Amino acid sequence: MSNSEAIKFDQFPNAEGHFGPYGGRFVPETLIAALDELTEAYHRYRNDPDFLAEFDRDCTDFVGRPSPIYLAERWTRKVGGAEIYLKREDLNHTGAHKVNNTIGQALLATRMGKQRVIAETGAGQHGVATATIAARLGLKCVVYMGADDIQRQAPNVYRMRLLGAEVVPVTSGTRTLKDALNEAMRDWVTNVDDTFYIIGTVAGPHPYPMMVRDFQSIIGRESRRQMLERTGELPDALVACVGGGSNAIGLFHPFLDDESVSLYGVEAGGHGIETGEHAAPLCAGKPGVLHGNRTYLMEDANGQIVGTHSISAGLDYPGVGPEHSWLKDIRRANYVSVTDDEALAAFHELTRTEGIIPALESAHALAYASKLAAELGPGKRILVNLSGRGDKDINTVATLEGIEL
Amino acid sequence: MSRIERRFQALRASGRKALIPYVTAGDPHPDVTVRLMHDLVDAGADILELGVPFSDPIGDGPVIQLACERALKHGVGLRDVLRMVQTFREADQETPVVLMGYMNPIEVMGHAAFAAAAQEAGVDGVLTVDMPPEEMDDLSQQLADAGLDPIFLVAPTTGDARMRLICEHARGFIYYVSLKGVTGSATLDVDAVSARVDHLHAVTGVPVGVGFGIGTPEQAARMSRVADAVVVGSALVRQIEARAEEPEAAVRAVTEMLRSMREAMDAVQAQSA
Repeated sequence: MSNSEAIKFDQFPNAEGHFGPYGGRFVPETLIAALDELTEAYHRYRNDPDFLAEFDRDCTDFVGRPSPIYLAERWTRKVGGAEIYLKREDLNHTGAHKVNNTIGQALLATRMGKQRVIAETGAGQHGVATATIAARLGLKCVVYMGADDIQRQAPNVYRMRLLGAEVVPVTSGTRTLKDALNEAMRDWVTNVDDTFYIIGTVAGPHPYPMMVRDFQSIIGRESRRQMLERTGELPDALVACVGGGSNAIGLFHPFLDDESVSLYGVEAGGHGIETGEHAAPLCAGKPGVLHGNRTYLMEDANGQIVGTHSISAGLDYPGVGPEHSWLKDIRRANYVSVTDDEALAAFHELTRTEGIIPALESAHALAYASKLAAELGPGKRILVNLSGRGDKDINTVATLEGIEL
Repeated sequence: MSRIERRFQALRASGRKALIPYVTAGDPHPDVTVRLMHDLVDAGADILELGVPFSDPIGDGPVIQLACERALKHGVGLRDVLRMVQTFREADQETPVVLMGYMNPIEVMGHAAFAAAAQEAGVDGVLTVDMPPEEMDDLSQQLADAGLDPIFLVAPTTGDARMRLICEHARGFIYYVSLKGVTGSATLDVDAVSARVDHLHAVTGVPVGVGFGIGTPEQAARMSRVADAVVVGSALVRQIEARAEEPEAAVRAVTEMLRSMREAMDAVQAQSA
């Protein structure tokens, strides 16, 4: 960690949204004014007592925070190493960490006088979380979703429609999350006056990576306090899955100054890094520019963004938040990958051993945590972000096992 | 003086406005792009804007997205586009060529390598849709060193201070985006555009082109009254889209449409002369 000793993490990003060489604002000119307006509004409200009180109240009464930490005792015994604790974001209203961020952004949208919110979604979790808060606040809501994802995630599509959102299928490109993001950007360029774009992860142009991180950091702040109360010490390691990286940065950020705490971001290794069929830009990609920021990407020799593969739709994204790219380069966090098969095994393992069905995204973190627990050995503690619950994935898992529900 | 500056100077001297067609390189097939470029010049193009295909064109509407997809099916990348410009230059050393595209292909090639290769190929200007001047320090320097003009967009949402900053960086011409939206959108308010273009003229001596949403000869003619240049993209690309399986027919249709725009613009200029 010698590289990070002198870094003041709370001073990043800088005023232009840069984390070292990453981040920034790479968008068409039409959006610059909207990003300026958003940045100004966010700076005005991020320390405003009324705004923060409303955010906290919604987190408590509407989401059910603080989410508990849970010692997975039987699983720990089975793995036979470090103690494994789970941060139970799966218990949040709507079933994942995504809602922390959509509440924050939607409250900001109402303060900015925007009556229409738009979002992109892959697996549908962020879309559901956005549609949920839009319903609660009476905002018009449009969610862009890849046409292929709409096929794969039918229950979430219906959930969004029940909540009053319009779900727009995106048929361009790879018909998945990245194309949904493109389409949401185009909507925003066109309706920039009355529309607030609620981005679902710590990617996109400045100020999104900072703002989403700040809203999600409630995960890490609670975890830090809860682990100290529970064990009297900080954990030895944190583990979280990384697609765009919002649950990971939310957990990691309040621990960045704690050098004794090792950080592990787990990317989707798909069929294996060596096959090229994965979604692991930090493990196997190169820096480039996509969706408004400079970050690690999966691309071909011509700089075209390539299709990704993961068993988990929520990790199926060719980019990653710029702060992760920076944390990788300065070696404050470690980025690793696990395959579809390993994630699936961990999904079953946790379900059978602890009675908790994890999201397939979170199962990637669990799979790595079990390896790490064995490696670290008894007497150490690992905290895993159980970022979402797996109810949404039972059709996927059943299909893989040849079962029709 | 750059080729683009020379072209605008000559146009001013003859009392004409520039007509700038956009086509995506490699659409509908890489074999016809160079000939299409020559045919567009014959049909009255003053400057050519050549799109570099990109997988995720966030500033473009469905028409140009699909054009990118057609070109990418043939594997057309930035290096191929530069080769096309080089081939075009063998027969035409006068018509300026502006590359329009997105940052990532340039990022992957490397700013300095790209600037050198573009200059070598005979490119004159580079418009990177997702590269605002604030992020451009390094690329800007590399383009300048290679004698290439950085072309910037100014949008209806661009504030005054920022507009001045962009004008300071801009060379060749400034591309005023005539509406809030992506390329190929439908609503065009000529009076509002006219006021903004006048304002730009008051701030900078760099010529001002107008584009996004100009789809008919009549609209091109009206815009040519207020701007120094009229950029037409999606309307032409739609002609290709309708004939994507017949490249020869596509080339003819695009060329005919451009010719009708040229005639409409020249008729306006003849009236006002």
